[in-house]
Amino acid sequence: MSTEIDISLTVNGERVARRVEARRHLVDFLRLDLGLMGSHAGCEHGVCGACTVRVDGKIVRGCLVLAAALDGARVETIEGVSDSGEIRDLQDAFIARNAAQCGYCTPGMLMAAAALLEESPRPSRAEIRAYIAGNYCRCTGYHAIVDAIAATAATRNGKAGS
Amino acid sequence: MNEIIDPRSVDRPNSYIGKSLPRPNAKKLVEGRGQFVDDVVLPRMVHVALVRSPHAHARILKINGSEALEIPGALRLFTGADLAQHCDPWVATLAHLKGMKSAPQLPLPLERATWAGEAVAAIVAESRGVAEDAAAKVVVDYEPLGAACDMETALDPATPVIHPELGDNLCFQRVNESGKVDEAFAAAHKVVEATFHSGRHTGVTLEPRSILADYNRASGKLTVHHATQAPHMMQGVFAKHMRMAEGDVRVICTDIGGSYGIKVHVYPDEMAVAVIAKIMGRPVKFIADRFESFGSDIHARDHRIKGRMAVEADGRITAIDIDDLTGIGPYSVYPRTSAVEGNQVVNLVGGPYDFANFRAKTTVVLQNKTPTCQYRAVGHPIATAVTEGLVDLAAEALGLDPVEFRRRNLMRDGSYPRTSPAGMKFEGLSHDQSLETLLGMIDYPGLRAEQARLREKGIHRGIGFASFIELTNPSPFMYGIGGARISAQDGCTVRIDPDGSVMAATGVTEQGQGTEAIIRQIVAEAVGVTIDQVRVITGDTLTTPYGGGTWACRGAGIGGESALQAGMAVKEAALKVAGAMLQAAPDTLDLVNGEIVERKSGQSRMPLAELSRIVYFRGDTLPPDLPRELMQTRHFITKEYPFAFTNGVQACWLEVDVDTGMVQLLKHWCVEDCGRIINPLLVDEQVRGGIVQGIGGALYEHCTYSPEGQLLVGSMADYLVPMAAEMPDIEVGHVETPTKESLLGAKGAGEAGTAGAPAVVMNAINDALKPFGAKVFAQPFTPERILAALGKVPSRWPVETQTKPRAAAPAAMPSPDKPPGLLTRMFGRH
Repeated sequence: MSTEIDISLTVNGERVARRVEARRHLVDFLRLDLGLMGSHAGCEHGVCGACTVRVDGKIVRGCLVLAAALDGARVETIEGVSDSGEIRDLQDAFIARNAAQCGYCTPGMLMAAAALLEESPRPSRAEIRAYIAGNYCRCTGYHAIVDAIAATAATRNGKAGS
Repeated sequence: MNEIIDPRSVDRPNSYIGKSLPRPNAKKLVEGRGQFVDDVVLPRMVHVALVRSPHAHARILKINGSEALEIPGALRLFTGADLAQHCDPWVATLAHLKGMKSAPQLPLPLERATWAGEAVAAIVAESRGVAEDAAAKVVVDYEPLGAACDMETALDPATPVIHPELGDNLCFQRVNESGKVDEAFAAAHKVVEATFHSGRHTGVTLEPRSILADYNRASGKLTVHHATQAPHMMQGVFAKHMRMAEGDVRVICTDIGGSYGIKVHVYPDEMAVAVIAKIMGRPVKFIADRFESFGSDIHARDHRIKGRMAVEADGRITAIDIDDLTGIGPYSVYPRTSAVEGNQVVNLVGGPYDFANFRAKTTVVLQNKTPTCQYRAVGHPIATAVTEGLVDLAAEALGLDPVEFRRRNLMRDGSYPRTSPAGMKFEGLSHDQSLETLLGMIDYPGLRAEQARLREKGIHRGIGFASFIELTNPSPFMYGIGGARISAQDGCTVRIDPDGSVMAATGVTEQGQGTEAIIRQIVAEAVGVTIDQVRVITGDTLTTPYGGGTWACRGAGIGGESALQAGMAVKEAALKVAGAMLQAAPDTLDLVNGEIVERKSGQSRMPLAELSRIVYFRGDTLPPDLPRELMQTRHFITKEYPFAFTNGVQACWLEVDVDTGMVQLLKHWCVEDCGRIINPLLVDEQVRGGIVQGIGGALYEHCTYSPEGQLLVGSMADYLVPMAAEMPDIEVGHVETPTKESLLGAKGAGEAGTAGAPAVVMNAINDALKPFGAKVFAQPFTPERILAALGKVPSRWPVETQTKPRAAAPAAMPSPDKPPGLLTRMFGRH
């Protein structure tokens, strides 16, 4: 049916080695092979952003990357950035403003938001909206998500300035 | 003991009702540690992939799975006949919808596929990937049959009858009439009319439909992990149709990735999964993929409405007359039925206004497209768009400002209780106050000035308004009286545990609205403990009181009241024990922040944990006959009113690019009156999310079909949903008119945004287009449709999707003394 390939990579700081089908997507690899259920499959064709994770420091769609291509890569998921505390402030802002309702889009949304704040520490509301335009949220209407990201940016900038 | 809790008294103890508090279950969600159905993995679990019909209507001649089952890991093929032996069919009708008819439906059809996307066979395999590989190898021989696709011709003699035993393709028809409609129109100063379309669209829950069913042959028990809004209803459905006792079925809903009404229905493919689990005696999982979701999740809102309104010279509405036609697919959907949306339209049109003569007809027809059913704000967005569209036309015909026209016609605050011409009973609404509150938020004169200024520069901005009503807290009048086993009551059990903490188990469910948060707030306040001492259990038929679940905005109003009553009962029980322990009369004591205190002085007498320690471990030290019932259950059902109506008003400010037809949303406002607000943060986010969902239907979302019944949207690249970059900031204001039906006074808030958004976007677009005499009434208001209305591109739609004969767009701006030509006909008496 399909070729299998051996890969060795780092996921959330841990080294893992697996034999994967050539057709295995990254999000399926994370969920089915590693049991990391925080990344969600929403559309499986790169539109909804629910499977957004980081590969070698850049956010990617987990449904558009093949696991077989990740030999030697460094992958970080919502579980990893939660455990490290890297985005604790962003997560707290999401909780405080109810920027997550059902929570299905939230891990991907947070990975995108974290990347935005990394690239652009002082984004305008319009810039925030443009950056997360690849992450579909059916529950919130986005307003609270924009608020939470803007508030996190403001707090980080306040700290940086003080 | 049962004093009415007034959330405005700031100094009351444990005052959590009315506070913006974060949700207790949010932290796990932001860390990716929720548990959705697809996250549940069980030993020996197998996966289902479905073979779906490529034809809108076809006879199934033969299903051959021999090649499919040669694939390693492919285990079984099931056809309709295989499953029918283990599952009784259902017919989705309601007795109170007179004359309604539909055909029996099974998990998989026996003879015919009746829509493109209907599952006709199921493959079970060791993984979803292998199941899909095998499903692709299943060979189905079809004999294509003539299809009934266009709802406009569904009842024509030449159109194939989908279910010959029904005689025709008519599912349901109803005329709701009061007053003297024809006389009112004959005597009217002006009559305005238009034909409205609300495009067929669907919910696109980010978590697709998901089910994991596990049958244990030894115990005879079926356990179903299910993304459903109504676990007890599904427990009953599985039991009834799979011939089991309800007690042998357990439905568990942990986290659910969005529902919006999509996940409150019985889907044949999900029933197939449960039946397969029973046949195979092992866990069977089915997670819909996005492609099959578009063709198998329920669709909604496929309506064409001809509407007209009669007005007097003084600006008063005298009559509304609408004719609604809706196509619902080949089967009415079980058990809520697919006639309710049309029925809601004829109940809700004209809802906010004070007028006497009303006629609304709905015709619900069967067709070979994906079945439609209840989706967020059922019927409301359609009824509101028609009403508010006619209101703006009438205001324009009379030369009145749309706000002034509404002021003259809205039902007056203080005129309640009253009954609308459509027969809806209103306990208490606040249209006037809501409109004035909204006007306090938007600087209306400023926006009009800006509009005029920018028009001179060729920039066309519009402002729209829409008042609306919303049906919440439904009684058995919605489904129960029609024979559906859908619970309108709900229950909550509250228990004090040995450490003094409190457990609350509720029949209402959580799909992200914040159910657990509000139940926690209510119970903490009712019992008298700090909020961190309360944990909430939802979504498990084995551990929660019997209830209807979360739909039709009933979580806060129904579930919340039962939690309040159960919490107060537990407090009363605890104080009885405390009285015996402290040798004091129970009514001289109180429970505050987890401490038993003297009611007058507030002086602490003992911690609640000490009381519960004695009750659970040293009951011997208490008087032998003393009741020590630290767990109480209460149920609540509304009694006086069939529904608790809410109301509100929205405004939208947007810009239309008249060269490209693109609409840019600039700002959106909503004032909403949902009665007692339990958590303003959650209400605001319900309103905002609802508005954006309504905007989706207004501007982007459309399940388009070929004339042969092929669904033309198969991915999120074809079917556009609102994304962050296009959405405006949304300001939310509140008026509170609590219902007197309950101590809590809460009504629903989840559908108000969706109810009003399409209308207000439509009115704002038409306001922007006013200089051109162009108007749009067919959703979604795409750039192409706007350009067609402007006469800049040819219209691709048949005549009935348009309003009346279209005047060519003016070559130049009309002069101020000459009113722009209207597309709608207006009949003057003089």
